[in-house]
Amino acid sequence: MANRITREQVQHVAGLAKLEFTDAQLDAFTPQLDDIIGLFETLSEVDTTGVEATSSVSDQLNVMREDVADNWGQSEALLKNAPDAARGFIKVPAIIDESEDNE
Amino acid sequence: MNYFNQDLASLHADLVAKKVSAKELTQATLDNIKDTDTKIDAFLNLNEDAALAQAAKIDEAGISDDQPLAGIPVALKDNIVTKGLTTTAASKMLADFKPVYDATVTEKLAAAQMITVGKTNLDEFAMGGSTENSAFKPTKNAWDQTKVPGGSSGGSAAAVASGQVPVALGSDTGGSIRQPASFNGIVGIKPTYGRVSRWGLIAFGSSLDQIGPLTHGVKDNATVLSAIAGHDDHDLTSSTQAVPDFAADLNDATSVKGLRIGLPKEYLADGVSDDVKAAILAAADTYRKLGATVDEVSLPHNKYGVAAYYIIASSEASSNLQRFDGIRYGYRAKDVQNLEDVYVKSRSEGFGDEVKRRIMLGTFSLSAGFYDAYFLKAAKVRTVIMNDFKAILKDHDFIMGPVAPTPAFGLGDEIKDPITMYMNDVLTIPVNLAGLPGLSLPAGFSNGLPVGMQLIGRPFDESTLYRAGYAFEQSTDFHTQLPTLGGQN
Repeated sequence: MANRITREQVQHVAGLAKLEFTDAQLDAFTPQLDDIIGLFETLSEVDTTGVEATSSVSDQLNVMREDVADNWGQSEALLKNAPDAARGFIKVPAIIDESEDNE
Repeated sequence: MNYFNQDLASLHADLVAKKVSAKELTQATLDNIKDTDTKIDAFLNLNEDAALAQAAKIDEAGISDDQPLAGIPVALKDNIVTKGLTTTAASKMLADFKPVYDATVTEKLAAAQMITVGKTNLDEFAMGGSTENSAFKPTKNAWDQTKVPGGSSGGSAAAVASGQVPVALGSDTGGSIRQPASFNGIVGIKPTYGRVSRWGLIAFGSSLDQIGPLTHGVKDNATVLSAIAGHDDHDLTSSTQAVPDFAADLNDATSVKGLRIGLPKEYLADGVSDDVKAAILAAADTYRKLGATVDEVSLPHNKYGVAAYYIIASSEASSNLQRFDGIRYGYRAKDVQNLEDVYVKSRSEGFGDEVKRRIMLGTFSLSAGFYDAYFLKAAKVRTVIMNDFKAILKDHDFIMGPVAPTPAFGLGDEIKDPITMYMNDVLTIPVNLAGLPGLSLPAGFSNGLPVGMQLIGRPFDESTLYRAGYAFEQSTDFHTQLPTLGGQN
């Protein structure tokens, strides 16, 4: 393995992406990502001196509009898609891990 | 009921003449889907009751001559949102998701009075080229059920090719309409970036994604594109350019005489199978016989397209998919103790492997210390690739080549090897990077499997591609050959 990316780096990136992997998954993913990053590095063969980056191919310019509040009247349908809801609100677990308070 | 022998114009004539009612047509379509989908697995969800109710309403009002799509069934790739109808993106993350609004294309189809009969399978979040990355089931190729249908719009392509529906919509970020169209022997177009609104398309790579139709024939495809295209206030990247009636100038007099066509030598290079090369060279001869000139041209940076694409598309995906956090909608992991766990465990359990791989590649490419070397470099190479196309299209009306290096491969053959899978897109990806229109249409066979040809045009010049595609279709019989699947008798 060429070690373009280490197992520790993969874990670091997973943390940034809010993902977690088991040891077995890391064993499989690390060499795959390493190979793909190797493919990415072929881009260094292209001379891009003085070349502008392209981020959009749309022929439109940004258009501004008034910021007007609009009530879609669908709070019930929206809440039905929430994993957990009560009395018109989305329910989530406690933000602070209570076990930390005990220390 | 199947759609092997009738184009949209003929279906429309039957509906107007009341030889068949919209309700009968819808019922027959739903019955045939239920009958054949045990083999094809193209559909994730049927819209039975609403479709029949809509058809009954259309029958009551009557269909007039100027409503060419009224009463005609259509299927939508399941990453296009449909109000009240489950939309999953083939992900466990959205297994129970019911959108509260319609995508702009969904609204436009409804305005044209087309009848949405169901939602088709795809690679999860449109990431893949075989539909094997669906969290629910793999779809099968219409011609050989041991082969993949291509992807990511594999469900839409197989549904049209097997005669389940006359029209389906797909989405194409790096080839996801054109490659499955090619693998299934039908017609598919990725329109110019901005031609069709992306509002309500579950975002993957926002600077690359386009929605387009899949159909049996070129003219049907043109008719449907005109119906779904146009500027939309909800999508600021959608173009204000006028939308032509693309089908209007397709007739017996449609000609390619005097057109200049470029055939890039890189499109017939190593890795492209002999049968595919032979089909494209034969197509070039057909165009010469029809009075066009075909020149060898070069896209010298084509081979860097895959690397640039997987950086850019994955970066955009990693950003777009941040919204799936287990809070407001979608999958939430059980037994989580705090908010961080909701995010991490919901995402880790809700996303499949390919989606995680892309999120990882994108997050890496955008992360501190790597941004310049990866993301920024890819965005510059994108400019270089665009300039290659511009140089050719300055004095050529369009570019021709294969869609994919090979015909459909076997189910399970490539899914374990991401790089091999990524390289399948080498001929379609650059077109998305450059934002150009690309039309895929049948151009031959290899061991009984369809081979597709790709026509690439100037921005917003889908008209020339349709004309050239139609002229080719009139002079060949590839599009009249059909899979030996049940229902056609």
